[in-house]
Amino acid sequence: MRTPALDLPVRLLEVRVRTGAVAILDGITMMLEAGAPTVLVGPNGAGKTTLLRVAMGLIRPTSGLITWGGREICPPTRRAIMFQRPAMLRRSAAGNIRYALAAAGVPRAKRDARIAQLIADVGLKGLEHRPARRLSGGEQQRLALARALARDPDLLFLDEPTASLDPAATNAIEDIVRNVTARGVKVVMSTHDLGQANRLAGEIVLLHRGRLIESGPAAEFFASPRTEQTRKFIAGELLV
Amino acid sequence: MLNRRLLIASVTLGAALFAAPVAQAQDKSIIVASTTSTRDSGLFEYLLPKFKAKTGITVKVVAQGTGKALDTGRRCDADVLFVHAKAAEEKFVKEGYGGPRHPVMYNDFVVVGPKSDPAGIKGMKDVGKALVTLMNKKADFISRGDNSGTNKAELRLWKASGVNIDKQKGPWYKAIGQGMGATLNAAAASNGYTLTDRATWIHFKNKQNLVIEVEGDKRLFNQYGVFLVNPKRCPHVKVDLGQAFINYLISPEGQTVIKGYKVDGQELFYPDANDPNA
Amino acid sequence: MPDDTSALQLVLSGDPTLFAIVRLSLFMSLSAVLFATLIGVPFGALLALTRFPGRETAIVVANALMGLPPVVVGLAIYLLLSRSGPLGFLGLLFTVQAMIIAQAVLVTPIIAALARQTIEDLWAEYRDEMAAMNIGPLQRVVTLIWDARFSLVTSLLAGFGRAAAEVGAIIIVGGNIDGFTRTMTTAIALETSKGDLPLAIGLGMILIAIVIVINALAWVARRVGERYAG
Repeated sequence: MRTPALDLPVRLLEVRVRTGAVAILDGITMMLEAGAPTVLVGPNGAGKTTLLRVAMGLIRPTSGLITWGGREICPPTRRAIMFQRPAMLRRSAAGNIRYALAAAGVPRAKRDARIAQLIADVGLKGLEHRPARRLSGGEQQRLALARALARDPDLLFLDEPTASLDPAATNAIEDIVRNVTARGVKVVMSTHDLGQANRLAGEIVLLHRGRLIESGPAAEFFASPRTEQTRKFIAGELLV
Repeated sequence: MLNRRLLIASVTLGAALFAAPVAQAQDKSIIVASTTSTRDSGLFEYLLPKFKAKTGITVKVVAQGTGKALDTGRRCDADVLFVHAKAAEEKFVKEGYGGPRHPVMYNDFVVVGPKSDPAGIKGMKDVGKALVTLMNKKADFISRGDNSGTNKAELRLWKASGVNIDKQKGPWYKAIGQGMGATLNAAAASNGYTLTDRATWIHFKNKQNLVIEVEGDKRLFNQYGVFLVNPKRCPHVKVDLGQAFINYLISPEGQTVIKGYKVDGQELFYPDANDPNA
Repeated sequence: MPDDTSALQLVLSGDPTLFAIVRLSLFMSLSAVLFATLIGVPFGALLALTRFPGRETAIVVANALMGLPPVVVGLAIYLLLSRSGPLGFLGLLFTVQAMIIAQAVLVTPIIAALARQTIEDLWAEYRDEMAAMNIGPLQRVVTLIWDARFSLVTSLLAGFGRAAAEVGAIIIVGGNIDGFTRTMTTAIALETSKGDLPLAIGLGMILIAIVIVINALAWVARRVGERYAG
């Protein structure tokens, strides 16, 4: 096991994010603690992506407070995020990972071995030298995951990591999530796949229109929803 | 990384490029500001290799109108001036910008115009009469209008013919502000008349319908002078090399070379270094 | 160049004067593009990546300077480099270096303005990833320039095109000295003034051919580079 993550827990207190008159996040209070993955669910436009970005530290809340391990200012050295539509650097697949390793301060001599390991972990063997932008959507998604893992994060944010993947690749990603969780990495991810949420989550958080509707252990969330909105959402009836 | 190598390469190249003039300063070369007519006549291509063979000095000619060449000298950007506008040259020398002035050679101007000669000046012996005729008939006349030696000669001729061209000019008189070649191109294209030096005329290849209308009047003679830019004002002037070039031009040897330069069997420049009034 | 020859004959006979002129033209224009790149690309990146008061104005000015009149630039540099001007002590007037300076001044705004656009577009794409990877400002600039290098080739070509075609500035600061500062374009101007229009056109054709070849080479380089580096 690794040393306890300095970034944890992440606390959000009455976090609001607005653009103009529109509230994208509207008073979110929650805590992300070490342990099993936290999975964000909710209809499109619920604020999942924004919440991930706020927790990553990429977006400053319009109001409210966020702390990482008790600190308000905490550069993202041990956090990583995989965006829903990751941008590929104009380099080879290996070059993308090498860049992330360099950015994370991994010594030059250790990079080749790490690249080989990460490429194998995400199942991209044989594609190392392809230009990243020529990879398929699913391959790009996995490369982005490798790039995020290259930062050796304590806290890993995944924004719909399997949205564009086939079942086999989805399974591979889920395995990776389990593996890194077992190594002590806290995963926070969003998904539209409730089965996946059920398979991976320790805790599930339902967002709707920028508000936190309900959060709790996965089993409870699905078996005995506490709110009408959660029940409707599980039934596929909750609208934006 | 590649970036670093690129940076080193460019810095090295940059340093090399700008170190070059220092090295150049060592070798024997001078800058001569001269006129377009000497260049366009081909005289320099004939004369400079002979001078270089004899002295090892490279002459870099910047061909400009006489007015511009004098300005270049005034700014200390040339070592020697080789131009043709006697009055302006004497003024230049008198004001201490350079000198002493040495006469080198003369050529002559001719009035050229369309073969059809709508103004009917062909064969006139008096250039003044020819110009007045052009004015009275409002025949198209293209003027250099660039303060060059040729332009100054043209303005002098109008004045000598009793014409105040500033008052008389109209749509028929076009001052185009360009070199001799461009002026001839314009005359050829518009069936106009113009004044040109004979050397440029013989060398000029785009004559189309243009022919010589008036030549031989003594007032059409075009005197060239050469002189050093004043080294007291301009410390960079290469006195020894510049003087060597001047001495060569006015030496019997140089004068013979000038006389020997012919195009289509015609002598273009007449050496007159020994004429104190030239 | 000998008289009474066509440009084609000059090329076919391997006329040494012609080749010296072509070599000088290429050396001058490529050097100017090199210096303009070293100044223009970082400046373009600065405009693309930083926010400071007056930035919009700087962008408009940079875009407008793409149309700098060569004669004005030539005259300004002439006055600067003249022995009686502030930089006269360098002794650069009527040298190839002076022509390179003049062309670099003309080309830098083109490269800066086009580089800004290219880098800004790439930055919009990379922005989140770089923030997530905690990339510092300097490394950010280096990465964007490096990754945009194939697109930047187009701005360099635009700059090269301007430099190779330019005559107004270099004829003033270079003096069109036979064998020293005579380039393709000033030779064309000279032959035109001599009334040898066929030779002038012929030289023009050669110049156009050279520019096309350079563009083709750059295009191939870009294609190959993109295939391997994405």
